[in-house]
Amino acid sequence: MPEPLALRPIDRADTLGSARAGVRDWRAERLSGIALVPLSLWFLAAFAVHARSGYGPCIAWLREPISAVLMMLLLIAVFRHLELGLRVVIEDYVHSAAKLPTLIGTRLLCFALAVAGLAATLRVLLGR
Amino acid sequence: MHEPLRPLSPNIQHYRPQLTSVLSILHRMTGVLLAGAAVALVLGLWAVAAGPRAYGIARAACVSPLGLALLALATWAFFLHLCGGIRHLFWDRVRGFELATIYRSGWAVVAASILLTALLWLAAWRLSP
Repeated sequence: MPEPLALRPIDRADTLGSARAGVRDWRAERLSGIALVPLSLWFLAAFAVHARSGYGPCIAWLREPISAVLMMLLLIAVFRHLELGLRVVIEDYVHSAAKLPTLIGTRLLCFALAVAGLAATLRVLLGR
Repeated sequence: MHEPLRPLSPNIQHYRPQLTSVLSILHRMTGVLLAGAAVALVLGLWAVAAGPRAYGIARAACVSPLGLALLALATWAFFLHLCGGIRHLFWDRVRGFELATIYRSGWAVVAASILLTALLWLAAWRLSP
C-alpha cells in the first residue's frame, strides 16, 4: 500500500494511522496477564483456605510479609491488565463523544483503585 | 465528527453463533465482569484494614445468597478468562490455528473453567476451618 501523502506525526497519532505505540501496550497486556496466572491462583488458594476464617486468622494471614507483598503485586497486575483490557473494549464499542472522557475516566479510576488497594494492604502490614 | 447512520460491519446478528465467536465475546464479557471483582477485592481489603466491624459487614455481604451467587459467577468468569487467556497466548505464538485444534482448545477451555470452579468451591468447603 502506498504511503499517504505528507502525514504529520499528529495526524498519525490522531486518526489517520498508527502512532506506533501500540506494541508496548499489547506487550504490557500480555505481561500483566502472564503475571496474573500465578498471582491470582495464589489468591484463590488463600481464599479457599480462609473461606470460613474470622477476622483474626484473616488479618494474621495478610500481615505476613509474603502475603502482603504478593497481594500488592496482584493489585498492580490486576489494575494494569484491567486498564489495558477495558481500553480496548471502549475503543471498539464506544463511538460517541463520550469515548475520550470514558477512556480517561477508566484509566484514572483503575489507577485510583490500585492505590487504594495498596494503601489498605500497607495499613494492615504496618498495623495502621 | 458527523456520523452517517449506517450499520457497522460486521453485522454479527446475521451469523449463527459458533463456539469460536461465543468464546471470543465471552472472553471480553468475563473481562468486564472481573472489573467488578477487582473493585470488590479493594473493598474487601479496606474492610480488613478498617477492623472487625467492617470485616463482619463485608463477610455478611459475601455469604448472603446474592453475595454467594456473585462470588460463584465471578470465580467461573475468572477461570474462563484465565483459560481463554492462556489459549490467546498460544495464538500469539502462532500455535493452534488449525480449525480442529481451535475447536478442541475451545471445548477444553469451557470444560476446564467449569471443572476448576467446582474444584475451588469444593476446596473452600473442605479446607477452610
